This record gives sequence, C-alpha cells and structure tokens, in this order.
Amino acid sequence: MNRAAVLAMIALAAAIVLPLLVPGYLVNVGMLVFFLAFIGQSWNLSGGFAGQTSFGHVVFFGTGAYTSTILHVTYGWNPWLAWPVAMAAGGLVGWIIAFLSFRAGLRGSYFALITLAFAEVFRILANSVPFTKGGLGMLIKAEPGAANFQFRDPVWFYYVALALCVVSLLIAWRLTQSRFGARLVAIRENEDAARALGIDVFAEKVKVLVLSGAMAAAGGTFYAQKYLYVDPNIAFGVDKSVEMLLVAMVGGAGTIFGPLMGAATLTAINEGTRWLASVVPALKNVQPLSLIVYGAMLILIVGRLPDGLASLFARRRRHA
Amino acid sequence: MLEVEGLSKAFGGLRAVEQASLRVDAGEIVGLIGPNGAGKTTLFAAIAGFHRPDAGRIVLDGRDITGQAPHKICAAGMVRTFQITQPFGKISVRENIMVGAYFRTGQRREAARVAEDVAMRVGMQGQLDQNGNDLTVAGRKRLELARALATGPRLLLLDEVMAGLNPTEIVEIIGVLKAIRAAGVTILLIEHVMQAVTSLAERLYVLNQGRMIAEGTPAEIAENPQVVEAYLGPGAAKVLRA
Repeated sequence: MNRAAVLAMIALAAAIVLPLLVPGYLVNVGMLVFFLAFIGQSWNLSGGFAGQTSFGHVVFFGTGAYTSTILHVTYGWNPWLAWPVAMAAGGLVGWIIAFLSFRAGLRGSYFALITLAFAEVFRILANSVPFTKGGLGMLIKAEPGAANFQFRDPVWFYYVALALCVVSLLIAWRLTQSRFGARLVAIRENEDAARALGIDVFAEKVKVLVLSGAMAAAGGTFYAQKYLYVDPNIAFGVDKSVEMLLVAMVGGAGTIFGPLMGAATLTAINEGTRWLASVVPALKNVQPLSLIVYGAMLILIVGRLPDGLASLFARRRRHA
Repeated sequence: MLEVEGLSKAFGGLRAVEQASLRVDAGEIVGLIGPNGAGKTTLFAAIAGFHRPDAGRIVLDGRDITGQAPHKICAAGMVRTFQITQPFGKISVRENIMVGAYFRTGQRREAARVAEDVAMRVGMQGQLDQNGNDLTVAGRKRLELARALATGPRLLLLDEVMAGLNPTEIVEIIGVLKAIRAAGVTILLIEHVMQAVTSLAERLYVLNQGRMIAEGTPAEIAENPQVVEAYLGPGAAKVLRA
C-alpha cells in the first residue's frame, strides 16, 4: 500500500472514532461537512472534472428530496427503498437536461444559465403542483428507528454522511484512474480536440450528468430524512446550488479532495462567524457575517488560488 | 483509400470550398497546398466530420462517410490534427497522448504504454511529464501528431504541422513523418512550407479560392503557370519564364 492509501485509512479511522471523543455539537458539524462534501463532489464530477459548470445543481438535489418524500409520505414507501428510486429520478433529470442542452450545443455560461433556469422552473412547479403540497412543504412524520431512515441518536446521521462522503471520494478517485475520467478531462480542456480524437463528446457529457444527478439526488433524500421536512425553497433554492459549486471551487474543482476541503473550510467559516457574532457584541448586527467572509474568501481564492485549496498541497508535494 | 468527390461547403455567402475532389491511395503521402484562405482547412474539417458538406461525397475504404460524426470517422481509421494547436493544457503530455490511446483500449496501463511508445516515435519521450501548456510551438505540433497517432489511424490528416518551426525542427519532423509512413500510415497533409512538402509528398493538390486548380507531382506543380499565378498574382508566370 502506498503512503496516500495509508494516510486515507488513518483519516477514515479518525473520522470513525471522532464521535466518541467530541461533544454532540461537533458531531453535527462533522455531519454537515461530510454531507456538503458529498453534494459538492456530485457537482465536481460534471463541473470540475468534465468542466460543465452548472449554476442549478440543486435541481437534482431537490428531485431526490421530493421523490423519496412523496413516495414515503404519500405512498407509504420505506425511505430506504425510496432512496434508490430518488437517485434514479435525479439521474433521469440529469439525462433530460444534458440531452436537451448538449444536443442544442450549449457550452460554458449558456449551459450554466440553462441549469439555473431548470432549477427555478422546478422550484416554481414544486410551489404550485398539488402532489408536492405547494409552498406549505411536506412534513415527514417522526418515527425514530433505523428501519425508517430516522435515527434516535444523531450520530448515525454522521456515519451515513461519512459513508456517502467516502463513496463519493472513491468515485472521484476511480474517475482519475479510468478512461471515462480521462475523456471528461479532455472534454474540459478542449472539446474540439477531444472530438478529433474519437471521443463521443455528447455521450460522455450526458453520462457524467446522469451520474452527478443521481448523486445529488441521494444527498436530497438524506437531507429530507435528517430534517424531516422539504419545501420548494429548501429543495430547489439557489443557495444550495451555490454551496455545491462553492465547496468544489474553493477546495479545487476537478480534484478528488477539493470538495471535502472546501466543505470543511466553508463549514468552519459558517460556525466560526456564528460563534464570533455571539461573543463580540459589535458584530451582533453584522448579519449574516458568514456571507461577508464567504465573499472575501471567494475573491481571495479566485485571485490568488484559482485552482483551489487542493493546489496548495499539490504544489508543496512537488517541491518536497 | 480516401476519395473525395465534388465537395462543397459554404458559410453564408462565402463559398469556402467548391466542387473539390481528391484521391489518396494507401501508403502515399499527399500534400494539399494553396495560398492563405484557399479553403484547405475547411476542406480538411469537412473530410474529418467537423463540418457537414453542402454537397459531395467522402468515401473511405469504399465506405461512404459523408456527414458522419468525427468519432465515427476516427473509428473508421482517419484522424485529423489542428493547424492552431489544441493541447489539453492542464494535463501532462503523457495524459494528452493517453486520451488518444484510450480510443483503442479501456485499460489505463495499456494506454500509458501506447502513449510512451508514440512519444518515442515523435521524439517527445523527454517531455512526457510536462504540461500541455508549457510546450513550445514545436512541442505542441508534435503533441498534435502524437495524440492523433495514438488513436491508431490508417490515414492521418495533418494540418500544417510544420508552420512556425525553425529549419532544424522541420528536418526533424520530416524524418518523423517518413517513419510514420514507413510504419504503414497513409498521410494527407496541408502545408505552407514548400521545401518541406516537396521533399515529403509524392503528389500534390493545389486549392485556390475553394477550387482544385491543379494536381500532380511536386515538379509538375512547380511548373504549372496557374499555380504560380495563384501564389504570386496574375501575370507572374510570364514574368518568371522571361
């Protein structure tokens, strides 16, 4: 086993025993980090590796959240069973969006805007159609028990999020080792050259969006089960799209660990500024402070570290 | 091997290529020359499936491939390079060439082996770990060639692989191209560097204002008054002969 694999094993072991050592509040923060890293990775597959920047990735997240919740609440499905169906629904929406926009030849900012438009349309639809209960949202009845994808002890949500995060890292790692991944990077770097070298650009882009959509949808179901509530703004609001994009960009788009690093950084800023506002009276009215720090952070990253935090490590390794 | 019959392509009112025909036999090196803006690159792009021709037929090994997508044409054994080099900038030369090699294999190890092999053939074995963006013009031209070669083609369409190179580099790349042909790959190349093309190609086609105006051996082409005038202007042939 090489050094990186050993380090990864140690980090995983530490993440597994962590809840035994720290207070519940930090376990919850850890859960948020892994969850954010997971949905950030779903953005990273299509936006980072394949270079198809999306501003509306929440459309897949919300599709997943609503699909499993409707199946569970309205039709009485077990949420665990509804989970794969939600992922399939996310993949299907990914296929539809990819098929329509890539067939029409949309690239770059045009594709980004189309995804944003889709997310907004879904939000408005969720607000108005009867089977989502409109703007009221849907409540999932609390029936604590692992069999219902609800846990009496929140530490289990931490472990599910950790598992999702590990799976997403494995998918990203696998991508860097495979032909599919090499083709996605080629498409990102130069679409015409990729075409000339025999790559069916359209098919590869559709594939990655299906994969990414299914992953984000899995995140949606997890979120709905954790908070036992979905409404159009939570499920299809633009802020989640921005979060997914931001964690990947801050951490390093197109890298394996970028979304995890970005998620840790953003969550730390979020929690840190909240704590600061609670102890420094002068900051009490500067709300939300976290957004100001996010903004400053983004300016710094874009200006100084366009390849994200992950590039710091890559650079150091090269010098060593 | 390749037959193009009466190919036309217009962009709006501009008739970039009109009724152009050419033939390439297996094992040949054929040159396509012509003044700037003659339509050479457009003709190439149409042959390789990047533009859908308005009229005409493209036949590769007896199979009609007119209007097919580039990846299908690549599967049929024909691949193009770009005049304006298009490296995958942020990945290494090795990974660049591997993208081409993945066309024939799904195995990473095999693709890496092919990439090293091809790099050796084009003289890039020392640059495998450099990034695409860090290459010189000569390096980028070689990379174009290497990636295309890695897809395992039987016919290479090379768009000005020598433009921008210095005389030493040109001599080197001519050697590389001759070795590629000797290994059984047929080559059709667009070229501006006249000495290079005459020392490489057995036959030349001359395109001017979208039309094929001449075809023949390099010696015949150099004598052809129409060709001389296409390059130097009307009346030039008479002046030169005098």
